[in-house]
Amino acid sequence: MSRATTAGLVRGGAFAAAGIAFPFVFHAAWIVNIGVLTLMYAALATAWNLFSGYTGYITLGQAAFFGLGAYTLGITFEHVGVGSGYNPFYALPLVGAGIALVSVPVAWIALRTRHMTFAIVTLTLLFIVQQLAFNLRSLTKGSTGLMLPTPRFPIDSYDTPFYLAMLALLLAGLALCWLILRSKLGLMLLAIREDEEKARGLGIRVTGAKLIAWSLMVWLSAMVGGVWAYYLTFIYPESSVDPLVMIGAVLMTFLGGRGTLWGPTIGALVLVPTQQYMITKLGASQLYLVGYSAVFMVVLLLLPRGILPSLRGAIDSRRERRRTHREPVVREEAHA
Amino acid sequence: MSAALLEIEGLTKRFGGVTAVGDCSFSVPEGSVTALVGPNGSGKTTAFNLITGYLRADAGAIRFAGSSIRKPNPVSLARRGLTRTFQQARVFPDLTLVQNMVAALQQPWRAALRRAVRKPEQARALELLEEFGLARLAEERAGNLSYGQKKLLEFAAVLMADPRLVLLDEPTAGVNPLLVDQIEQRIRDLNARGLTFLLVEHNMNLVMRLSDPVVVLDHGTKLAEGSPDVVRTDPRVLEAYLGG
Repeated sequence: MSRATTAGLVRGGAFAAAGIAFPFVFHAAWIVNIGVLTLMYAALATAWNLFSGYTGYITLGQAAFFGLGAYTLGITFEHVGVGSGYNPFYALPLVGAGIALVSVPVAWIALRTRHMTFAIVTLTLLFIVQQLAFNLRSLTKGSTGLMLPTPRFPIDSYDTPFYLAMLALLLAGLALCWLILRSKLGLMLLAIREDEEKARGLGIRVTGAKLIAWSLMVWLSAMVGGVWAYYLTFIYPESSVDPLVMIGAVLMTFLGGRGTLWGPTIGALVLVPTQQYMITKLGASQLYLVGYSAVFMVVLLLLPRGILPSLRGAIDSRRERRRTHREPVVREEAHA
Repeated sequence: MSAALLEIEGLTKRFGGVTAVGDCSFSVPEGSVTALVGPNGSGKTTAFNLITGYLRADAGAIRFAGSSIRKPNPVSLARRGLTRTFQQARVFPDLTLVQNMVAALQQPWRAALRRAVRKPEQARALELLEEFGLARLAEERAGNLSYGQKKLLEFAAVLMADPRLVLLDEPTAGVNPLLVDQIEQRIRDLNARGLTFLLVEHNMNLVMRLSDPVVVLDHGTKLAEGSPDVVRTDPRVLEAYLGG
């Protein structure tokens, strides 16, 4: 095993262990609740990054699949019955896979466009799904909203199963990103991001690679939506297909570092607790929005490429400086 | 002369009222270095784009390695052994040279989850980079290369997948004379090993030294086709280049 692989596994293991331990150390319900939200956004941002960060195709439609996941779970409860307790969690991978499968033909058409057009075309998906949620009343109960059964988890650790489910999804997303980044599929996706026309000329199967990344994003997002719906036990169109959720996930990815493994998670870890803290402190006056945007302005000003790439850049240039300081001759030769 | 590896018949492409390529026919014999020359705007690059599927032709037929290509598509053509470079060198700037090389290996889907750069692939990439004088930059970002080096890298990368026919679009444009010699030498070596080339080139000395046959285009149609000596003395060719 190479040193980079070991370091990656250690980092991932430490993160997983800290994540699992968290709700057992800080078991106050309001803290675990912030934990659930943070992990939810981290998982969504990681899923978004898996497709948009690696291929360069910016989608603003991801929240549509979050909502589809939420509604699919809700409707399944209504009509099929998946039991309660932990059972719905086990049904989620299948629900996600079904939604991913259905999304592929749509993506295949949407992927005929690029850049801004692709962003807008996928944004319309979000509003189409929201309209469907409003209007397919027999299935979704429209704007009245859909009630899900409340599971009988122990009251003093009620949030913990949802926390752990979100954590599992985030870890699954991180593991997928890690595997893909070091694989040939990852190389294909990066080539597409850098120059898709060139990639085609080399015989890289660009459409297939993009669709694989897309379906993984949809699969994860739909599962996150399912857990979220079960957690809230009540969903309605505006909240479950919410442009603000979409914007949040994208901004967190930009904040942490697009196209990096840990960037989206770091972005969520910074932003969601900040946002929640400000809501509790300044919520009534809506001033929290001003504070929230101030955080963004500061980050954009100081770290325009995102936290991780900026840090990495700083470390690299420091290393470079140290090397030139020590062995100026070697460096000159290398650049001759 | 041996059989044609690539045959173009009646290729036509119009942009609005302008006929960029009109009823153009020529062939590339297997094992040759065929040159496509002509004044600026004579349709050389358009012909390249039509052959490699980057543009859809209005009419015409393309045969490659004995089978006709109904709907040329860059991906499937590259995987059948017809590959190209671009007039403005195109590489993946954020990837290292080795990654650029390995990305050009055409992988089957079942290999998609294997390590991005495996040991034998790395060795093959380094071997080719060595031949092109880029080995010491192997772990450098491709975006840091000079323009000429990018041209070399792009040329080297298309060789990774062992193509049968390489289309080079102005391989020496904007490249310093030392690198021009190197590119010429590479084409000769590879051709001696059996690789067929079709190149668009403005450096006439290079074309006359390197290519046979030479196809001359003007206003999108073929003016002449033959050995360099025949083409050089053809009065219509002289007219297109020097007159009008």
